[in-house]
Amino acid sequence: MPLNKIVKTELLGPEVKLFEITAPRIAKKRKAGQFIILRVDDHGERIPLTIADADAEKGTITVIVQGLGATSKRFLQKEAGDIVWDLAGPLGKPTHIEKRGLVIAVSGGVGTAVAMPIAAASKKAGNTVYSIIGARTKELVILEKEMTERTDKIFITTDDGSYGRKGLVTDQLKSLLDDGIIPDELVAIGPLPMMRAVSELTRSYNIPTVVSLNSIMIDGTGMCGGCRATVDGKTVFVCVDGPEFDGHKVDFAELGRRQKAYLEQEKQSMEAFSHQCRLEVKAKKLKIETA
Amino acid sequence: MENNLPNRERLKIKRQPMPEQDPIIRAANFNEVNLGFSKEAALQEALRCLQCPKPTCIEGCPVNIKIPEFINLIVKEDFAGAVAKIKEDNSLPAVCGRVCPQEEQCEAKCILDKRFEAVSIGRLERFVADWERESGQFQVPEKAPETGRKIAIIGSGPSGLACATDLAIMGHDVTVFEALHEFGGVLVYGIPEFRLPKHILKVEIDNLKNLGVKFVKNFIAGRIATLNELFTEGFEAIFVGVGAGLPWFMNIPGENLNGVYSANEFLTRVNLMRAYDFPNWDTPIQIGKNVAVIGGGNTAMDAVRTAKRLGAKRAMIFYRRSEAEMPARIEEVHHAKEEGVEFHTLVSPIRYEGDENGWVKKAVSVRMELGEPDASGRRRPVLIPDSEFEMEIDQVVVAIGNGSNPIIGQTTPDLTLNSWGNIVVEESSGKTSKRGVFAGGDIVTGGATVILAMGAGRKAAKAIQKYLENNEW
Ligand SMILES: Cc1cc2nc3c(=O)[nH]c(=O)nc-3n(C[C@H](O)[C@H](O)[C@H](O)COP(=O)(O)OP(=O)(O)OC[C@H]3O[C@@H](n4cnc5c(N)ncnc54)[C@H](O)[C@@H]3O)c2cc1C
Ligand code: FES
Repeated sequence: MPLNKIVKTELLGPEVKLFEITAPRIAKKRKAGQFIILRVDDHGERIPLTIADADAEKGTITVIVQGLGATSKRFLQKEAGDIVWDLAGPLGKPTHIEKRGLVIAVSGGVGTAVAMPIAAASKKAGNTVYSIIGARTKELVILEKEMTERTDKIFITTDDGSYGRKGLVTDQLKSLLDDGIIPDELVAIGPLPMMRAVSELTRSYNIPTVVSLNSIMIDGTGMCGGCRATVDGKTVFVCVDGPEFDGHKVDFAELGRRQKAYLEQEKQSMEAFSHQCRLEVKAKKLKIETA
Repeated sequence: MENNLPNRERLKIKRQPMPEQDPIIRAANFNEVNLGFSKEAALQEALRCLQCPKPTCIEGCPVNIKIPEFINLIVKEDFAGAVAKIKEDNSLPAVCGRVCPQEEQCEAKCILDKRFEAVSIGRLERFVADWERESGQFQVPEKAPETGRKIAIIGSGPSGLACATDLAIMGHDVTVFEALHEFGGVLVYGIPEFRLPKHILKVEIDNLKNLGVKFVKNFIAGRIATLNELFTEGFEAIFVGVGAGLPWFMNIPGENLNGVYSANEFLTRVNLMRAYDFPNWDTPIQIGKNVAVIGGGNTAMDAVRTAKRLGAKRAMIFYRRSEAEMPARIEEVHHAKEEGVEFHTLVSPIRYEGDENGWVKKAVSVRMELGEPDASGRRRPVLIPDSEFEMEIDQVVVAIGNGSNPIIGQTTPDLTLNSWGNIVVEESSGKTSKRGVFAGGDIVTGGATVILAMGAGRKAAKAIQKYLENNEW
């Protein structure tokens, strides 16, 4: 089977899509917590994506993509049978997994795709694993079934109360902590404000808290330093020193600013992308009309 | 052309100028600055060589190219012969003719350098290499019969490419594994188009493919396969040429502000990812108006000239010693000045300040003076007390060097590294502490030069051949 071929896609929610891609070597080697870097097409940027799942026998890996910028939106247009231009990995240090007792995996948005393999591996290592999944609204809750299969207990929160408990993941976590359910480790993965809030909450309980940082990357091999963040007052390169760090020591404010470095340019790309889409639609119409 | 011209006549010929793009025009484009000698200029320049019986230029060349011999072939207008002569010692003349610091190497040793001007050896090297490419008259080197022995080359920079070339000619089954999505190492992601056009490299790599070398991209050795796994897959020897990595920062306050880049990131965005053509290419780059590039090496010059081309109003070098100590090639410094780059020497930033959104807006620096020579023999910069000053800037590019690439070391416990993380090798062969593994280039020496990396690759190729023959470590 050709490398980098998309063998399956599944729309998990609006603008959230799962891709299963042939990458036999990576499928065999990857461990929970690691990621790949991919280029959708010839002019594409290098985007880091966590490996959500892998099938060593089939030789495929699964990634889950949210259409945010022009590149990821172009990716969402790909279907089974298409090829992605470049795919490199596995990158980053694997999650350190051991038997601790109770592990709670808190995730938000596509972060659930990252949390899932970690939750699964923790369970395999003999831990009791609870999962808290948060989303803005019902249709953005992804991987509920998969997470339910892989963990002991699952809690869902939505901001608007359209599904599960109304509120934030931290509200759910707080309730558990109030009930005396204190995990031996907590893994928080999702948007920065969420990871930050969870880390703030667990700090007062002294619960070891692991977060997975999604900084802007290029090479993913430690060559450029674009992915740097401050952890415990020191600069780290997320791609080789991470991506997982102690949530109590991460400078979230700085990382938040660094993630927004290219907002202006992203707008420009989006405009170019929508323009391109409009042109394509027009061209199609024209074709139909002339036919 | 007259070949037995008396020296007296040869000395009368002026060193031929390199035709260049006009500085004002080129400061706004990414096309190559140096246009290359015409045939006439090359023939004139070649005549200047005195054909010394004991040529010192050869000693100055890290790979000992037979310089007078190839120049003599140019005089005879046997350009194919001249390239072949160079290629006996240097597999990438079109690259080295453009980027080698000749003024410190062969040309510094040219007998004419003292009283007249040195022969333009580098430009002649470039001329014949370009002639070969443009005329399409590539001579495919004669390959030894296939041996069927598999060798892995990790990294496609100059060290890896040179090693691959020689081993392929020896008849081995060579595969080059590269982490990135293009081949060439620093030559493709670091050195900009205006100094080394990418199509030149592409032709070199196509030639290697024609020689039978296999190229695998997106292959991060260590992660996707450890060195031991490559051995298990049937590779009998491995050459590691993964280059420098991990850019250094100064560890001063404000270095993680938005708008502060490492030179590697800045140049990679522009070169490898074509950010200068954003949004046609996806990868963005911030366009700085007042850009401070920290450092005085080739990387700093490439970064500052790139910033200028991207549209900076002020593109500035901040260097903590004086111009005389700058490690950059003189030509690059000269070109940068012509293009309007400002040089602030004996200046060292101590912190950056940002605006409310975390973007860098000010560099606070101190002034230095030169003290006693340090271990490198260059005079040490010493802080002038109370010399702090501020400058409005909106972009910083830190170009003060690189540490070593960590991935192979992390994933190969039995490979001996020194305290900087460089792979320790036996000088003469590139042999590492691990049986069957050889290394060379920047990963061994720390950031050095293309020609040294290439030389190391060729040395290792010889040693690999020997190892395959006698299986001794
Ligand atoms: C901006 C800049 C300008 C320069 N200008 C000059 C100049 O004018 N003249 C000069 O002589 N020298 C110059 N140099 C220095 C010169 O480029 C280097 O010394 C030379 O390229 C080193 O070659 P190398 O083969 O050791 O490694 P590199 O060229 O660094 O190549 C190493 C390759 O290995 C790949 N790699 C890394 N890790 C892995 C892995 N785990 N698996 C697979 N592949 C991997 C990398 O992606 C890279 O492609 C410059 C350097 C820079 C950065
Ligand atoms: S992405 Fe370049 S160093 Fe991490």
